[in-house]
Amino acid sequence: MGAQKKSGARVSEEADELVRVPLQAILLADSFTTKFRPITLERPKVLLPLVNVPMINYTLTWLESAGVEEVFVFCCSHSKQVINYLHNSDWLSQPNFTVSTIESQNSVSAGDALRVVYERNVIHGDFVLISGDTVSNMSLTQALLEHKERKKKDSNAVMTMVIKRSKPNPAIHQSRLGTDELFMAIDPNTKQLLYYEDRADQSKGTLHLDKSLLVDNPSLSLHHDKQDCYIDICSPEVLSLFTDNFDYQHLRRHFVKGLLLDDIMGYKIFVHEIHSDYAARIDNFRSYDTVSKDIIHRWTYPLVPDVMNFGNSVTKLERQGIYRASEISQSQSAVIGPCTVIGSGTKIGNNTKISNSVIGEGCKIGSNVIIEGCYIWDNISIEDGCKLQHAIVCDGVIIKSGAVLEPGVILSFKVVVGPEFVVPPYSKVSLFQQPIEEDSDEELEYADSTSVIGSQMETSDVEIASQVLETHFSPASELGMGGAGHVWLTCEGGHEEEWRHSVAPIPKDKILEAIKIMEDDLELTHDDSFFPPSGELKPNSNDSDDDDHEDSRDDSYYFEKEVEATFLRAVHENIQESHLILEINSLKLSYNKLTADCAGAVFYAMMKYALDTPHSSADSLLQNVQVVFTKWKKVLTSYLTDIDEQIEIILKFEEMCSESAKEYATLFTRILHYFYNEDVVEEDAILSWEDEKKDADEADKVFVKQAQHLIQWLKEASEEDDDDQE
Amino acid sequence: MPDVQTLVNDFLNQLKKRKIEGSQATAKLTAELLRSVISQQRVPHTNQATALINAVRAVGEQLIAANPVELAVGNIVRRVLHIIREEDLSLATAAMAGLGVSAASDDEDDVEREENSVLSAAAVAAAARSTLRPPSLQTLLEDTFDSAVVPHTSSSGGESDGRSRSVEKGSRGKKLKHDVIEAVNELIQDISTCYEQIAEQAVEHIHHNEVILTLGSSKTVLEFLYAAKEKQRSFKVFVAEGAPRYQGHLLAKELVARGLQTTVITDSAVFALISRVNMVIVGAHAVMANGGVIAPVGLNMVALAAQRHAVPFVVLAGSHKLCPLYPHNPEVLVNELRSPSELLDFGEFSDCMDSASGAGSLHVVNPTFDYVPPKLVSLFITDTGGHNPSYMYRLIADYYSADDLVVKRRPVVAAVLSSKPRARDVFTFVQRKMNHI
Repeated sequence: MGAQKKSGARVSEEADELVRVPLQAILLADSFTTKFRPITLERPKVLLPLVNVPMINYTLTWLESAGVEEVFVFCCSHSKQVINYLHNSDWLSQPNFTVSTIESQNSVSAGDALRVVYERNVIHGDFVLISGDTVSNMSLTQALLEHKERKKKDSNAVMTMVIKRSKPNPAIHQSRLGTDELFMAIDPNTKQLLYYEDRADQSKGTLHLDKSLLVDNPSLSLHHDKQDCYIDICSPEVLSLFTDNFDYQHLRRHFVKGLLLDDIMGYKIFVHEIHSDYAARIDNFRSYDTVSKDIIHRWTYPLVPDVMNFGNSVTKLERQGIYRASEISQSQSAVIGPCTVIGSGTKIGNNTKISNSVIGEGCKIGSNVIIEGCYIWDNISIEDGCKLQHAIVCDGVIIKSGAVLEPGVILSFKVVVGPEFVVPPYSKVSLFQQPIEEDSDEELEYADSTSVIGSQMETSDVEIASQVLETHFSPASELGMGGAGHVWLTCEGGHEEEWRHSVAPIPKDKILEAIKIMEDDLELTHDDSFFPPSGELKPNSNDSDDDDHEDSRDDSYYFEKEVEATFLRAVHENIQESHLILEINSLKLSYNKLTADCAGAVFYAMMKYALDTPHSSADSLLQNVQVVFTKWKKVLTSYLTDIDEQIEIILKFEEMCSESAKEYATLFTRILHYFYNEDVVEEDAILSWEDEKKDADEADKVFVKQAQHLIQWLKEASEEDDDDQE
Repeated sequence: MPDVQTLVNDFLNQLKKRKIEGSQATAKLTAELLRSVISQQRVPHTNQATALINAVRAVGEQLIAANPVELAVGNIVRRVLHIIREEDLSLATAAMAGLGVSAASDDEDDVEREENSVLSAAAVAAAARSTLRPPSLQTLLEDTFDSAVVPHTSSSGGESDGRSRSVEKGSRGKKLKHDVIEAVNELIQDISTCYEQIAEQAVEHIHHNEVILTLGSSKTVLEFLYAAKEKQRSFKVFVAEGAPRYQGHLLAKELVARGLQTTVITDSAVFALISRVNMVIVGAHAVMANGGVIAPVGLNMVALAAQRHAVPFVVLAGSHKLCPLYPHNPEVLVNELRSPSELLDFGEFSDCMDSASGAGSLHVVNPTFDYVPPKLVSLFITDTGGHNPSYMYRLIADYYSADDLVVKRRPVVAAVLSSKPRARDVFTFVQRKMNHI
């Protein structure tokens, strides 16, 4: 008995000092999305094999080794399968680690799930919130300690999120896991999360930070290189928050953002960054591919095939990352390349080449087969001469001789591919018909997601092309002679570009495209030396969405108002020019504007002021303008470093004349001439403005015509100059 | 019974998850676990030893499978099996001596036996081992003879022996179990005090103004150096940091805290500095039967450098690290590859490793151990004294019986070939195998 006590104490050595209340965890065995369809129509995502071991095992193993003592597995779709699996595994009979299931049929989101858990009243202390598709080997001790300390000091610190630095290559940055780009603002001292935006992709580089963020926090670090691991340490309050706010559905989109925006309750979220440890969530097929590779490369040690063996077969690691289970029959002439896992009982025929792939148990692979980067699950038969590239093939599939799977193909359970049939890239094949409506009984899904994704869809021509291709496919059940299965169509707008989420590697041209866009961005940043331009003004920005346009238009409006107010204040309070410039600069930064925008705004403010100053006639208005400009010219000229900005203010002036301040209309030429004399605008600017207007509508040309005289004179003058020089 | 099962499962779990590190901790925990297995095991009136052996084997097999890299587990399982055999034998001979039936005819041996009946065999063995230092021819011969007889009788006798002596066994009651537990307790004691026993010998090896080099971190080395310092020896220590885990840093910190003159060097500077070094002292993960050493990665390089400059290469190893297997045995898994995150930052290199995205694919190999062949080792210092590498197999024969080399109950021919005990034992061993098959 003495020995038992001793070793018992040693087990929880790490956790013991921290946790008086047993540490609990909620494991969501449902992702509430449809990203793994069509496979998830038949089997829940958490039971899909990841390097030949069902995903939920990785999560449970980690929870156990991290010192969690009680886990509640929340099952929703296919709940019976999950519960049966857990019953048949030895997870339910572990010492010091209890796993119990909570079943609910009518939850459609993580929010619902947590509300159900709250009703059960089983969570008594801090808990770990994780979904059943997360792979990690991090140690929770430090994060838990931090969480508890913070909680002690500030009862509003309800959650600690685990983040990790992602790949630094900016071109294909976040696409590693196939997730959207993530922006976060973190207080560098307290590690408090201040801002979280995972859908920043849609605005193409623009980011709206609330001004109060800058006001309230002495310092703020913005991160674009972090990856959310979807491991959260929560206080029990989190559950009641979900119950109070019954409209919270999504953990990040609603809950986290909701808490960040809500300043009445003052709940705070903190982050914990891990460095050498591994943590990642499998969100889509691409991250399935990436995480599998990471496991094979042993980043997840000790969660690697040769250490973590759940089955009876022992897997051994050979040179170059080849993992071989026992009882494999392999032909002498078969070549197994690096980073490959082969399950037990698999037969491999003559001259077959396998590389970078995972092969499950009991597969029969014929002769002359080429398998590259594929995930082949259990009991699959692949006949002679097949060629498989970057595909996922589920249990029981039969691929007849000579068939070809192009990159990105998903074959769901028991599909049969006929001989010599070529399955086109990115197609998804299932025995089930594609559900017409997105809401199926089989897998509950997050209701909002389609609309959100739809609105942010980018209409790149490539995607359209791929859609066309896909609609072009044979509609259903035609997989060659004796084939069985339906090819699913990509629903219109329901999916992002297929390549982004597929298991296939990112096509070369996509990478080049991404790099090109990035380089363009860099060049521009170089030009104005301040900030990356907003999407709207990018010279080679492709057609941006209407939404987007409106958005920044709105933004510009506020910006102009701010600048005007600032200017008026300066006029009335007699503030120094340099101070005014400083203030406008800060506005520029907070609104992320270009110098040209500032010039326009300042110009607008000045003209407006001149207009608002009492005047009797057009002449006195001109007088006003002159007075204002003599006094404040410096402010404006400090933004007129370039010809583009000068053109901008001419355009602005033109706009004013035709819209907001018609009184100037008659004075257009005179004021323009005055600007020319005062060196506010240069001759080149006027000429290129005229040049720009050449192709415009007649209506737009009114002022060009008005100024024709001046332009003519300028042109002559310049010619004379040229003559002189000659 | 369920108690033991949960304990075993618990320990298996920890081994599987690689939560226990270091052979000493593992050895101690294994011994403690086996002690409770034995104490919980209900023994029949007949064949007590066989019942115990089977129980320990069953558990041992699982433990070894759980973490085949940690050889200390297997070592302790075999040690415990050996203890059971020894105790059984000593009880049997004692009983026989009581009946006036002597197994052997030799006079001298008879005297030995008489003594044995008073003390337990393990105690005698321990006494023999302590007199073993420094080894003299006399003790060597005696010891050889003694331990050569032990496995022989027990193995060849086997079950029929047990049956014939069932009457005596019944009378002996719980004696065997009690003795075995006593002996296991002694083993646990040995394991926990092995540092001190090794450290006691420090004065004999470290002299004034010497320069000692070590790599990585080892508790045994720390205690050894500190013991020399305690005895007023002043010397310098070079600590190679032991990439990629850099445990040398920890050792250096600890040494400085204890007031030793310490210098930290990179692993790559070892060759440059070795000419100034008087002795290399390192710890080991396991010592194989041929005298080869499984040691933290980087030590083979140090050993080669030491050989080049004729610097003594001394390996400190507690007796629980002595492994009766040979490194070329396919059953022995001598290495483990750890996570590449110890070498590289995850983000920066993970895309080079993904063969699909880049041109080539980067492989990262992060082995935990090195194998240092016996010819590079000058001296082993164990808790029983200093030994030559070529003597290791003899030492190992004291601790293990040939029957236990294969803990798995499935007969494996490879193990027969790879183990190299004395001819007589091999003979009986192979015979037994044949009979089984």
